[in-house]
Amino acid sequence: MSRYLAIWFPYLVPDRLARRKPALRKQSFVTSLPERGRLVIQSASAQAVLSGIKPGMILADARAIYPDLITIDHDPKLPERLLTILAEWCLRFTPIAATDLPDGLILDISGCTHLWGGESSYLKEIIKRLSKGGYHVHAAIADTVGAAWALSRYEQNGTIIEKDKQKDALICLPVSALRLPVNISDRLYQLGLTTIGGLLAIPRQGLKKRFGQELLTRIDQALGMLSEPIKPVCPAPVFQERLYCLEPVCTAKAITIGLQQLLASLCSRLVKEKKGLRKAVLTCYRIDNKVQQIEIGTHRAARDTAHLFRLFENKIANIAPGLGIELFVLDAPVTDPLDVQQESLWMDAGMEQNRAITQLLDRIGGRLGPNAIQRYLPAEHHWPERSYMPAATLSERPAIPWPKGLSRPVYVLPRPEPIKVSVPIPDYPPMLFIYNGVVHNIKKADGPERIEREWWIDKGLQRDYYCVEDTTGKRYWLFRSGHYDSAHAPDWFIHGFFA
Amino acid sequence: MIQEAAKKEVMDRLRKEILAAEGLQRPTYEPRLHLGLQALEMAFPDQTFPTGCIHEFISPDTERAAATTGFIAALLSHIAVQKGPCVWVSRQHRIFAPALLSFGLQPDQVIFINPDKDKDLLWTTEQALKCSSLTAVIADVQELDLTASRRLQLAVEQSRVTGFLHRHNPRTMGHTACVARWQVQSLCSEATAVPGLGFPRWQVNLLKVRNGRPGSWIVDWTADQFRITEPVPETITREEAYTYTKVAQA
Repeated sequence: MSRYLAIWFPYLVPDRLARRKPALRKQSFVTSLPERGRLVIQSASAQAVLSGIKPGMILADARAIYPDLITIDHDPKLPERLLTILAEWCLRFTPIAATDLPDGLILDISGCTHLWGGESSYLKEIIKRLSKGGYHVHAAIADTVGAAWALSRYEQNGTIIEKDKQKDALICLPVSALRLPVNISDRLYQLGLTTIGGLLAIPRQGLKKRFGQELLTRIDQALGMLSEPIKPVCPAPVFQERLYCLEPVCTAKAITIGLQQLLASLCSRLVKEKKGLRKAVLTCYRIDNKVQQIEIGTHRAARDTAHLFRLFENKIANIAPGLGIELFVLDAPVTDPLDVQQESLWMDAGMEQNRAITQLLDRIGGRLGPNAIQRYLPAEHHWPERSYMPAATLSERPAIPWPKGLSRPVYVLPRPEPIKVSVPIPDYPPMLFIYNGVVHNIKKADGPERIEREWWIDKGLQRDYYCVEDTTGKRYWLFRSGHYDSAHAPDWFIHGFFA
Repeated sequence: MIQEAAKKEVMDRLRKEILAAEGLQRPTYEPRLHLGLQALEMAFPDQTFPTGCIHEFISPDTERAAATTGFIAALLSHIAVQKGPCVWVSRQHRIFAPALLSFGLQPDQVIFINPDKDKDLLWTTEQALKCSSLTAVIADVQELDLTASRRLQLAVEQSRVTGFLHRHNPRTMGHTACVARWQVQSLCSEATAVPGLGFPRWQVNLLKVRNGRPGSWIVDWTADQFRITEPVPETITREEAYTYTKVAQA
């Protein structure tokens, strides 16, 4: 016989927001969403509900009741995300936990409660821990999902109904406790059928004729005459391997052997799950209760034991074993899908090349840090400093072609440096310029190429760029910042060197 | 007459064996690389620009370093057409990636690696040179001794990657195990009918080349290919190379 526990979070979203921002605690606040041209309240905090504000109200009306109301934008996906997290958290109490949108959880607790010393202490423990986390909780235990749901919403918090007693418990509850659609429950109320007991007294045939099969299904589910499946959450698998040492080890050789064993078992698991790791952490627990950690990252999902070991190899020296290590834990906190087929394709279609490069960059990144490796893609900006951007991945292709026909220097200075110039006429390239105390006489010049500053990013003057060549053939990229119309002459800068 | 021919054959065979022993062997499966620089390519053994070995470039100041970088990028575009990406190891963030396009090199084909320390720079260069999937590795190293250059040369002999070591303002210029030592500087561009700058023009000096003839050439980069304008008759001698070293030291 199954037993179910239903948890209701009457203030799910507000509780969560208050958890994030403790300043919101004990405040009247609502979350709202635009609907047909007006803001409609989606959820309200406990304090707001006390002053008469309910979800479904229009925000302007609520403001009339309570002018100091705090409003927060509603995230429609938040409840589902939140319930999934809470359901995963509940897996410590039972292996089968399901979300019950929009504001509840259903746990199948059959055979679990004796571990907490009975149902009442089990229920108390769950309520206590969730309340401690800042959530308002109503929970109930019954034989069926429907009954537990109804009792958690319409009975005292912490109600437990004995086996096969759900019918007696449900009789005096209102019909809306049967999880009916609003139109059916409204009609039932209009007909004066307010309690479930009243509904049960009516012949089933008549009910079916007037209200459809759904009402009967809900009644049967609540009473346990019809089974109701729930869809349990499946938490993401944790890729973690542990290795206990019989004797504490403190040599590099022993750590190497341990690491190789852990990598082999982790990689075989990754193969089964069709995944590859992007990040791995080896944690060594020492007998003096200290922890040593080394971690590696890869540029592409990998599960090649030899390659991963090479990445770790350089870092083994960083582990201080102290008096000895008694436990190794290898974690793969970040994994990506990696198909067997994908791997073999690499081998065949000349993609072996890519693999060798990724492995090389993994090694280099492991030693120099991930920021040392850069690849650039064109960016849609004319301003030279912003005309390229770092690529996120190795395989990323340019979204736009590289701009052609621009004369750009191979070397640029990290920031333009001021120079002194002599200019014959405004808007002409300079005759000579002095940079670092050396006079350069200009023989040939191209320009100006005006590049406007992007006013939506930063403010300042535009630049007029000139490519100039001096008498010895050296080429420079100079620019004038601004016009000649202001009171003082504009500043000139050198920005780069041409080949 | 027959004896002469036989002698020549023996000489050619021996030359090839010597080249092979020095790590300059060109595998038969690799197509001959054409830079479009007839006169310059004649300076090398086998009349081919040697790939799969280390070239050394010397530049004393920023302007000449820029010219050298341009020349290397232009060489790379000829090498990198068929094969995979290149790695550019440098401690300074000076290269303006979009400018590589004007030398026929796709900027996104280049992976830039910026180590913090000189020690890491040489390590990174060696690791990259050992990866046969790369086309070329360019490294901005300042100091390089015989041992380090030997290590790098041994690394490329296995992997057949071409290495370009750009030594900017080196303190010493001793012997290295590199196949060639270059020096590039910019010259005034050719006067054209249209006012303004012409194509980049460089004086390319091959100061040292193993089993080849050092020389000096004037090379233009005409948007997508090299062009030798006029041969410079006098070749740079060893003495001149060393006087240059002293200038660099001063």
